[in-house]
Amino acid sequence: MIKIKNKEIPNGIIFFLLVIFVYLGFLFINPSLISESFEVFFDLLIKIAPVLIFVFALMFGFNLFIKPKTVQKYLGQERGFTGWLVSIVGGIISMGAIYMWYPLLADLRKKGMSDAFIVAFLYNRSIKLPLLPFLVYYFGFNFTVILTVLMILFSIINGFLVDKIINKKS
Amino acid sequence: MKLSYQNVRKAGLKTRRSFTKVIPILLGVFLLVSLLKVAVPKEFYAKVFSGIPLIDSFIGAVLGSISAGHPLTSYIIGGELLDHGVSLIAVTAFLLTWVTVGIIQLPAESSILGKKFAIARNIISFVSAIVIAILVVIIISLI
Repeated sequence: MIKIKNKEIPNGIIFFLLVIFVYLGFLFINPSLISESFEVFFDLLIKIAPVLIFVFALMFGFNLFIKPKTVQKYLGQERGFTGWLVSIVGGIISMGAIYMWYPLLADLRKKGMSDAFIVAFLYNRSIKLPLLPFLVYYFGFNFTVILTVLMILFSIINGFLVDKIINKKS
Repeated sequence: MKLSYQNVRKAGLKTRRSFTKVIPILLGVFLLVSLLKVAVPKEFYAKVFSGIPLIDSFIGAVLGSISAGHPLTSYIIGGELLDHGVSLIAVTAFLLTWVTVGIIQLPAESSILGKKFAIARNIISFVSAIVIAILVVIIISLI
């Protein structure tokens, strides 16, 4: 983040401003390109807006009913099948930036959580339930279901593999 | 879970925070994608992607690995790539590594969870992205 007069400017705003500068640059070089891309932009925006509203409604529901503390409470407590289940479901419903979870996972590892479960948790964080409508919109329902199921399966395979590599006796 | 006014308000504020954080990024990506759609000819993508599934999935996975940002951005870019004739296998690998491989987060992951763990996890996530992409396309073709 960039600071101006002690106020932090979010990276998103900086990115948006950079894009506006690119547009301004092109406005002088090729104005017709800009008017054409604005047409595409508004077309895209109209198509996406209803999906976006749905996505934020889902986000609101998740923020209302799922608390990070609930995930933390069960994570690393269970072994075997339940351990896998908790890691997978915990990963899917966990919110926030991935690096925010690293210290907690490191702490849980010290308390006995296996590397396989940590990998499964981190991999399943890639499945964003509130964003699934977007995935369906762009790639279709079948694609979304197949991809999600395979990601869950591979989170277990990857967990086993990383665990084997890490804990291999040298 | 008790549904009190405070809980609803808290959830509303949290969602608003996400909304104000994501909207400038989304608008920026939409603007950039629109510009690229008009400025870059479709033939360009054919030059970047070979048309050979395995190589394309590898290229897609590399592009996704070095990119970072909100997953929504990867969906928009992936959708546009598909629209420009890039294969589903490449786009799937791209979407997967975007969210599962974190080159940018690697230093943080290494220092907190261990170097060996972070490297092994990211390499295995990269390889599995290609395998999943192949499987997704095979399964879809069978349906």
